[in-house]
Amino acid sequence: MATTAHVHAHAAPQGFIRKYIFSLDHKVIGLQYYFLALTAVFVGMFLSLLMRIHLIWPTAQLPLIGEIKPETYLSLLTMHGTIMVFFVLTTAPQGGFGNYFLPIQIGAPDMAFPVLNMLSFWTTFVAFLVLIAAFFVAGGAPLHGWTGYAPLSALSNSGPGEQLGADLWITSIALFCVASLMGALNFITTTLDLRAKGMTLMRLPLTVWAWFITAILGLLAFGVLLSAGILLLLDRNLGTSFYVPLVVVNGQLMGHKGGSPLLWQHLFWFFGHPEVYIAILPGMGVASQLLSTFSRKPIFGYRAMVYAIVAIGLLGFMVWGHHMFMSGMSPYSAFAFSLMTMSIGVPSAIKTFNWLGTLWGAKIRLHSPMLFAIGFVSLFVSGGLSGPFLAQPVLDIPLHDTYFVVGHFHLIMGVAAIFGIFGATYYWFPKMFGRMMDENLARIHFVITLVGTYAIFMPMHYLGMAGQTRRYSQFTEVAYQTKLLPLQTFMSYAAFITIGAQLIFLFNLFWSMWKGAKASDNPWEATTLEWTTATPPPHDNFGGLTPVVNHGPYEYNVPGVSKDYVMQTDPASAPAH
Amino acid sequence: MSPAGIKEPGVNRGGAITLPPILGGGGEGRGGESPDFSDRLRRARLGLAVGITPVIMLFVSLTSAYIVRQGLPTLDENSNKYVHDWLPVRLPWLILLLNSSVLIVSSATMELARRDVTRESALAPVRLIPGISLGQERRFPWLWLTLILGIMFLLGQWMAWRELADGGFYLATSPSSSFVYLLTGMHALHLVGGVIALVYAAAITLARQPVESRRVVIDVTSWYWHFMALLWIYIFALLEFAR
Repeated sequence: MATTAHVHAHAAPQGFIRKYIFSLDHKVIGLQYYFLALTAVFVGMFLSLLMRIHLIWPTAQLPLIGEIKPETYLSLLTMHGTIMVFFVLTTAPQGGFGNYFLPIQIGAPDMAFPVLNMLSFWTTFVAFLVLIAAFFVAGGAPLHGWTGYAPLSALSNSGPGEQLGADLWITSIALFCVASLMGALNFITTTLDLRAKGMTLMRLPLTVWAWFITAILGLLAFGVLLSAGILLLLDRNLGTSFYVPLVVVNGQLMGHKGGSPLLWQHLFWFFGHPEVYIAILPGMGVASQLLSTFSRKPIFGYRAMVYAIVAIGLLGFMVWGHHMFMSGMSPYSAFAFSLMTMSIGVPSAIKTFNWLGTLWGAKIRLHSPMLFAIGFVSLFVSGGLSGPFLAQPVLDIPLHDTYFVVGHFHLIMGVAAIFGIFGATYYWFPKMFGRMMDENLARIHFVITLVGTYAIFMPMHYLGMAGQTRRYSQFTEVAYQTKLLPLQTFMSYAAFITIGAQLIFLFNLFWSMWKGAKASDNPWEATTLEWTTATPPPHDNFGGLTPVVNHGPYEYNVPGVSKDYVMQTDPASAPAH
Repeated sequence: MSPAGIKEPGVNRGGAITLPPILGGGGEGRGGESPDFSDRLRRARLGLAVGITPVIMLFVSLTSAYIVRQGLPTLDENSNKYVHDWLPVRLPWLILLLNSSVLIVSSATMELARRDVTRESALAPVRLIPGISLGQERRFPWLWLTLILGIMFLLGQWMAWRELADGGFYLATSPSSSFVYLLTGMHALHLVGGVIALVYAAAITLARQPVESRRVVIDVTSWYWHFMALLWIYIFALLEFAR
């Protein structure tokens, strides 16, 4: 019992700054991450709004911004991608909810290293500021895309945004790597070392498993991206030639010689593919948690779910080459990467099967978190099914860098992960703020967002098959492409409506914080540890006490128990499993 | 003991099913001064083991880049042919050999410092018994010696870089020289982290922090320091034998 108490060496802080700004409390840090991601997602969404406007009205004069030039379009997509991938999809589910709920769900009073945790958030915050600063320097934001392919990203005269803007971009990514490594270290140590008595590995909620595996992926992947970024900075500023071959820019022979652009691609995608799972695994954990809770059934195949998460994480490191089928790699390597990629379908199918198995025959409570969890499964399946197409070199070669790819990754990595975040927000809001979110607004938000995102991203698959390439700023001047313009227009209008609907969410979030109905300690009648403590949880999570765990995480409707759920901390006399 | 090993859940002394059954017994050192040091030590060691992993990944990725680049032909602008342009760098191996021995010796002194503080902290409860004196032993300042040797190593690396530069090998001279500076530089950067940890450990020794608390810092620093020595031997071997 003494195992956990002293970790919480820091007493409850008194002043405003220690309590809310430089806080060591994982809950405050979790909220800081969450609100950083919330800010970032609205910035990123605004950029996509500009892109959607430009795609259908390329010469429109926008108030304050004026006309969007083609190079500005490239900056917009670069910054949209970078902000969304790093500061939303990596930050909110892991840094936000992971920080807030991982220690509580395992019965710990805080993270293993609270100071490191605080540093990790503030480094992320500085990284975000540095990234945004790229908009405001000479030349503007970089235009090399979120993947930053060299030599475009490695030469400062390769485009208007490639001067200081690109240096800021790399610096921001490097800072983000360091912050994520600190976070991952904390998550892993905490999960291994600070579990409450009785919280065996096979009693961990699936959210904790997802955060734990995500942290391991981050630990192994971000170091590689960091080294890639350091090499890029050296190439840009100190004249080395890691990535830059003999190259002529604007008729001028550059001083570089002998670098390999493919080196960047290998290093980047060795990070980049696990990053996809860093974004989606926490969503899977949340979906499992919500589906079980609101179906009032144990999760179908708990162990299989755990092994599937581990398998996805493991395979995620062996498939980076499928992003590079176009790079002229040997067909034998392409075949190997293709095979590994296809095999990820197996654990993914296990997860989907188990989610559906959980829903099967259940008395489902269709509250708003559950709607988003079901939406997550739907998007995961629709986005996932186009994966096997892209995983085959013969199909990937025509589809590469078309809207097919954009549709694929937005559905599975973007929107599915966002649905995980929404589900988690509606589910845990009562615990975090002590009030309920408005259910009707939540339902309206869900319906518009689900239909809207499908309306935006489904047509992209057809555009891609018709050969429309991504990252082109203008399709209006090409006879063949103009035929596809009505579909682009439809998608833009869908985007306007969907983005508008997010204001409903924003309003609901802030309104409910102050005006929502008071929440009880366990409004969803869920079983995991965060629902045993007060709402919102006290500074050390359990009010000076240490929970003891006697049950698995999803004991709903256990035969022989009168109540329809058994809390993890309920006495062992209640039938286990 | 790690909670991981617990298979049999303990008897629950909490409330009924409806109430959150939380085990009593609060006030164990929260904000207090009686932390359980063996738990802290275990947690710090675990954190270090986890923290070393990305450092290994960093050097694994740099190594793979080094080896791949070595075998890569590049286009020559004069002959318009693909040529192998990898210039083997002549390492200032005398200096580097000297540096290596300094680092290996520092690893040994660090280990002695670690064993010293381990023994001291094991005896700490005995000293608290009134009337018991273990005598005032003079301790050899192994920690300070390690710190000096660490700084000597860094200065030696600086001399090695100067020697390389005098030989005409600058950072951007050729891919091979870039990699030599990169690998040694990244190692030096990580070693600076170790030096900072040593300074911190020395500072809390001077500030007479509880011996158990010092032990945690020195123990973790020493494992990191050994890792740095191993990493250096690896980098030196890579640059020497795979050039």
